[in-house]
Amino acid sequence: MTDAKSDPLAPAKSTPFGLPLSVLAEITHRCPLQCPYCSNPIEMDRAASELSTEEWQRVLHELADLGVLQIHFSGGEPTARTDLLELVQCATDVGLYSNLITSGVLLTKDRLAALYQAGLSHVQISFQASDETLANRIGAHRRGHAKKLEAAKWTREVGLPLTVNAVVHRQNLHELPDLIDMAVALDADRLEVANVQYYGWALKNRAALMPSEAQIEEATAVVDTARKRLLGILEIDYVVPDYYALRPKKCMGGWGRQFFNISPAGKVLPCHAAESITGLVFDSVRDHSLAWIWEHSPAFNLYRGTDWMPEPCRSCALREEDYGGCRCQAFALTGNAANTDPACALSPQHDEIFQTARREAADGSSRFIYRNFIGGTAEPEVENNDR
Amino acid sequence: MNGARRHIQLALDTRPILPRHVKLKFDKQRERWLLLAPERILVPDEIAVEVLHLCDGKASIAALVAELAAKYDAPEAEIMRDVRAMLQDLADKGFLAENTEAIP
Repeated sequence: MTDAKSDPLAPAKSTPFGLPLSVLAEITHRCPLQCPYCSNPIEMDRAASELSTEEWQRVLHELADLGVLQIHFSGGEPTARTDLLELVQCATDVGLYSNLITSGVLLTKDRLAALYQAGLSHVQISFQASDETLANRIGAHRRGHAKKLEAAKWTREVGLPLTVNAVVHRQNLHELPDLIDMAVALDADRLEVANVQYYGWALKNRAALMPSEAQIEEATAVVDTARKRLLGILEIDYVVPDYYALRPKKCMGGWGRQFFNISPAGKVLPCHAAESITGLVFDSVRDHSLAWIWEHSPAFNLYRGTDWMPEPCRSCALREEDYGGCRCQAFALTGNAANTDPACALSPQHDEIFQTARREAADGSSRFIYRNFIGGTAEPEVENNDR
Repeated sequence: MNGARRHIQLALDTRPILPRHVKLKFDKQRERWLLLAPERILVPDEIAVEVLHLCDGKASIAALVAELAAKYDAPEAEIMRDVRAMLQDLADKGFLAENTEAIP
């Protein structure tokens, strides 16, 4: 059986876009954690600007009509919204397959059982590390890790499948074997080993997070061995991080081809990080139907297909394999979102970012800037120098 | 999981069933059957769709293979090989469970 990620449902290569497959609904930017690599924008949506329950319900109906199959309720922390249960129920009623992407720290067993009853199909819980002290330092939450372990246990007890999401970087990659063991012990079906992607908050914290080449090589070997050992028990998703790659990732499966993101205030984005590209204007579900936005929103059409590409992408034989990589990363590193993603060896900036990564991995300070609504707060200086 | 077991090795008497989090759905917009799973959308071909419909927790592998062999007038050994390969692959991904409850 073939996987839709690697085709049949994908639009033909020469067509600029097809039917959307899945949508990330970031229903709030509020979150009890302050992870320094958060994928939310630096300028976050305040609670007062969030879509109402009724607005989300209308959006969910529109998504189903548009051909969307799966919805990922995310944030911020989606369980910070008191109407999450109603939204999941609505997704079920319109036939969407629903997934909850959560930190887990606000969940209770009763709430998980109610979400199960409302038709939730899958839970993904993020972990900052396997060691409690390190995990709580990264998330800046004193009891975060213990609460996550509890939430993961309840997830399985109520009968929901669990994915453990572990965001990895220089300061926790040494724990990868323990993270894998933890996922198995929690009876997870899947483990996502997600290397930090450097835009937004993570770009602010790049020097504190960038892994070394040696760490990446070791991680790749650890994953290879674990995959064989755990076949049929734990599936492991793992992708080599961009700065050490030779080919760029086919980001989002291509800009505006099959996926989109809805922000807490209702902006429709081709990628969750798209607001980091300054100058782009995103249309809102408050002003237009989703069908209109998917087809006509200028921000979507800007980088669809291949006509927008400059060299070296324009004449590249692989231009419809990777669509020039990630627009947000191209913007963050070159100042122009249309440029070739510097993760590509053909980008004039490729060598420069590779050297930057090596230098920051070797010399970068390990002090974090924590994510919050006031533009970030530096981690307090510590007297011991064991970091 | 209400009598459904995960991480299974298929045997002839295994009664396969789709777990709650794996949904076989006819998609009207794309006019085809799809298998929805966590973070995945699989596209079964016609035969696979037929096999998946037979995974109802009542029929054993032996029974569903016999049914398909009779319907298509095809050698049972061949169908057995294909069906087991397909279902074991799904089971390894966690997308197929085994009904361990007694049949009333």
